[in-house]
Amino acid sequence: MSQKARIAQGGRIDRSRTIRFTFDGKRYEGHPGDTLASALLANGVHLVGRSFKYHRPRGFLSAGSEEPNGLVQLEMGGGRTDPNFKATQIELFDGLVAESQNRKGSLRYDRNAVNDRLAHFLPAGFYYKTFKWPAAFWTKVYEPRIRAAAGLGKAPTAPDPDRYLHRHVWTDVLVVGAGPAGLAAALAAARTGARVILCDEQPEVGGSLLSESGRGITVDEVAPDAWLERAKAELGQHPELTVLTRTTCFGYYDHNYLGLLEKVTDHLADPPPDLPRQRLWRVRAKQVVLATGAIERPLVFPDNDRPGIMLASAARTYLNRFGVLVGREVVVCTSDDSAYDAALDLQGAGAKVTVVDQRHTPIGERVVHAQTAGITILRGQGPVGSQGRFRVAQLHVQALDEAGRPIMGRVQALSCDAVLMCGGWNPTVHLFSQSRGKLRWDEGLAAFVPGEGMQEERSAGACRGSWTLAEALVEGLAAGTEAAVAAGFEAHPTPAPAVREPVLGPHQPVWLLEGDRAGQRAWVDFQNDVTAKDLKLANREGFRSIEHVKRYTTNGMATDQGKTSNVTGLAIVAENLSRPIPEIGTTTFRPPYTPTTFGAFAGPSRGDLFDPVRRTPMHGWAERQGAVFEDVGLWKRAWYFPKPGEDMHAAVERECRAVRNAVGMFDATTLGKIDIQGKDGAEFLNRIYTNAWSKLGIGKCRYGLMLREDGMVFDDGVTTRIGEQHFHMTTTTGGAAGVLAWLESWLQTEWPELQVYLTSVTEQWAVIALQGPKARDVLQAVLTRGDISKEALPHLSMTEAEVAGIPARIFRISFTGELGFEVNVPASYGEIVTDALHRAGQPFGITPYGTEAMHVLRAEKGYIIVGQETDGTVTPQDLGMDWAVSKQKDFLGKRSLSRPDMLSPDRKQLVGLLPVDPKLVPGEGAQIVESPKPKLPAKMIGHVTSSYHSASLGRSFALALLSGGRARHGQRLWVSHGDGTAEVEVTAPVFIDPEGARLHG
Amino acid sequence: MLLITCPHCGPRAETEFRNGGEAGIVRPRDPAALSDGAWTGYVFTRQNPKGRFHERWCHAQGCGRWFTAVRDTVTDRFLSFHPAGEQPDEAGR
Repeated sequence: MSQKARIAQGGRIDRSRTIRFTFDGKRYEGHPGDTLASALLANGVHLVGRSFKYHRPRGFLSAGSEEPNGLVQLEMGGGRTDPNFKATQIELFDGLVAESQNRKGSLRYDRNAVNDRLAHFLPAGFYYKTFKWPAAFWTKVYEPRIRAAAGLGKAPTAPDPDRYLHRHVWTDVLVVGAGPAGLAAALAAARTGARVILCDEQPEVGGSLLSESGRGITVDEVAPDAWLERAKAELGQHPELTVLTRTTCFGYYDHNYLGLLEKVTDHLADPPPDLPRQRLWRVRAKQVVLATGAIERPLVFPDNDRPGIMLASAARTYLNRFGVLVGREVVVCTSDDSAYDAALDLQGAGAKVTVVDQRHTPIGERVVHAQTAGITILRGQGPVGSQGRFRVAQLHVQALDEAGRPIMGRVQALSCDAVLMCGGWNPTVHLFSQSRGKLRWDEGLAAFVPGEGMQEERSAGACRGSWTLAEALVEGLAAGTEAAVAAGFEAHPTPAPAVREPVLGPHQPVWLLEGDRAGQRAWVDFQNDVTAKDLKLANREGFRSIEHVKRYTTNGMATDQGKTSNVTGLAIVAENLSRPIPEIGTTTFRPPYTPTTFGAFAGPSRGDLFDPVRRTPMHGWAERQGAVFEDVGLWKRAWYFPKPGEDMHAAVERECRAVRNAVGMFDATTLGKIDIQGKDGAEFLNRIYTNAWSKLGIGKCRYGLMLREDGMVFDDGVTTRIGEQHFHMTTTTGGAAGVLAWLESWLQTEWPELQVYLTSVTEQWAVIALQGPKARDVLQAVLTRGDISKEALPHLSMTEAEVAGIPARIFRISFTGELGFEVNVPASYGEIVTDALHRAGQPFGITPYGTEAMHVLRAEKGYIIVGQETDGTVTPQDLGMDWAVSKQKDFLGKRSLSRPDMLSPDRKQLVGLLPVDPKLVPGEGAQIVESPKPKLPAKMIGHVTSSYHSASLGRSFALALLSGGRARHGQRLWVSHGDGTAEVEVTAPVFIDPEGARLHG
Repeated sequence: MLLITCPHCGPRAETEFRNGGEAGIVRPRDPAALSDGAWTGYVFTRQNPKGRFHERWCHAQGCGRWFTAVRDTVTDRFLSFHPAGEQPDEAGR
């Protein structure tokens, strides 16, 4: 008999089929419908983990998503391994392989178990106090060892092979939780015709009813499970109702935007390949009903963490839902009536049950039932200790005084193989709190309940502290109807169900039961190994705010986010500080409710789909020419074109020489291009550029600088007048979208009177730059119409012509300082014309060059690149570009240029730098200082913005922004370089052809 | 994620929009006539109120139009949306 704890019948498992699984290398059997936890318990396996810090033996505390102890590593084959899965949430499938975590050796003989005996040296925050000396030991010795000993599972090392999808949906009503309240709410809302989504983390709907034995309960004259079947049948009848099981609502964000994680195939041994592993639902709901239930509180008493000590509700779930009896000799410790259901159910299944009730005079109907059933009830007593190595064997109980403190005196030892705890219940207010709702402490319920809400939501049932089934059904019905009506639907008249159930007596919490022996530890947070002593220590050391106590002790900071520890921890701190619980406050609940796979958030956005890729029409051509590409924003740009055997440096040198001595061609398509039409185009340009545009003739080009209102350079480019009311603007590659948005905002909001219309044409035109003394010869060779002579097309002009039979706009523009043309053709002809120019250029030695050579060539001429020479703190004067700034007219940012700070002579100004060692290329961003070995902290007077080796100069050179730079030409300064400094000479920022003779050639 | 109602397109997700900061800041007609302090106020000084705030949004991934919204900065609730040129009823931000 392998499943020795499985009872003969009952439960929602399929006993007709047996499935096999492996835990820590050992094979076991279970049934479909089991969780890994229930199947292990069925096989009598209680020891399933080692604790985080002390490596104490641990068993299951719960049967649900609040589980702190039963974390396992799932091995799924093919590189798939997932850590920190809660065994209580893993549906069993054939061939499942799981490993326990955080042990050195086997679970039974964990070599780190010695930590438990060193507990005196490992109090809260021990790593802040010890391991301090010698300092270097922290990173090299202490931290790696602590991390290795205190751990959870192992992160996978291979890329995630699974597929994840996203769904974006709107709904009238989202109901979270498919227990009785959620079911009632979803049906009530669906009956109005509203579109409803009902989600639940469990594989089937029913919530607490799945664990219910139904003793003494009827709903509308039938047993609860019959009501559940009726409700399930109705779910299928509403076409606008979607039921999502295995779906956790993990986050409640602004404006009723909620995140749901659907585990589509995690429970399948062989998932169909067409299904994603998980699906992330992004739901925008008009109205939300929270029916998230409640989580039972453990009791905090010495040695309350042994395997076999679990929540009473968990034992009930294992019995009624999975047919597993967690112990034959069971002690139920409680301060609440609900645990009597577990006592009665387990006794009914054949266990010997004793109840230890902390209340002196429990009066609920269930207590009477238990007494009638012959269960021994020890009133006014509580647990103060336990024994048992890998499973609890003995529980120590002691009489309590009226305040709940153990009375010194006789300690009674009860032998047992399971202890069930119930310290009351915490409404699951996580989502309500995430929605920014305020929590309220209810003294009568001894629990936080939803207070004032901030969004379109309402709570129903146990999640608002309504513990009975009748309340859950009635509140669910009301909440579902109210939500649908608020979403614009007409209420459907449904009578409230008639519920008969035992009457509850009052709950009386005892937050901490301390034993009479010194040094005993009572666990508050099981997953992070935080004890009541740790909280006390934190308070004694001066931590008062619960947020600080939490961080110092790590209470509630584990992967379970304190679902079973936050409130008890808070109550113990309140006792320590002698202040009421509401004054201590509560910690903030943050998404996700339960751990959510990164893959689900990424969804399909990975690999090639991570970001869009923009390619120019000549991309394939450049690829065939052997280009190496670089990313510029989303664009792929040809970086350089290495010949066989060339490195980047050699290729760039060759490309630069070709442009200076013969001709080069460059793909400039990525420059932003904006088509400007309307009768006020020139006036508009006057306002947004620093220079004047009214008198620009048709067919003429002009360079312009754009400033923000603070006077800082924001974009630059050449704009051309195509017609009287028609301009063609170019922007930087990276700034294209931002510039268009900037221009639109001024047109729409500040100058609606201007008749100007903007259209992005970046992707409509392919642009090939021909640069170099032979550029005209090459272009002339393929020109089929038009005149590009020096006289007809001088520098900074444009002509409409035809190149290789393709209509083209030819701009005489240079970003290299050489004779240059930018040939614009409709994008679809980009590759043909590129190819034609390249062929025609062969006799002239035409050389394709990339962005790196382009950078070097423009820097040799001192042409700036916005974003490289500028960083949002640089004015036109700083760049020495006063020539581009109009004195007559107003423009955006002009007034800022005369603010006192802008006129200061020690502003950083653009200069050139020539390293004294001509081979030394300073790093871009290197700081400039006034002496070779400055006293620290060094006064930094500027920084290098661009730095290259120049083939034309035969040496290195740089551009820099230097405080008072224009007055420093000729000075020797030093730039940071490696561990030291390198000497440089300050020059004007133009290194080639300062007169511009080549440009106008 | 906020739900923003574009006056031209209807309710859309926040990811479709670009925020443009405080609304109703008028560019001075004659900047040259302004003192340094007055100009600095126009360029840099913003209300940043706790509570009702008139702010500019652009439906960047939709119609591309700028409009004004009144939002409570404490609750993030939108109180109203207005196409460019239309003044929100209530004064003050």
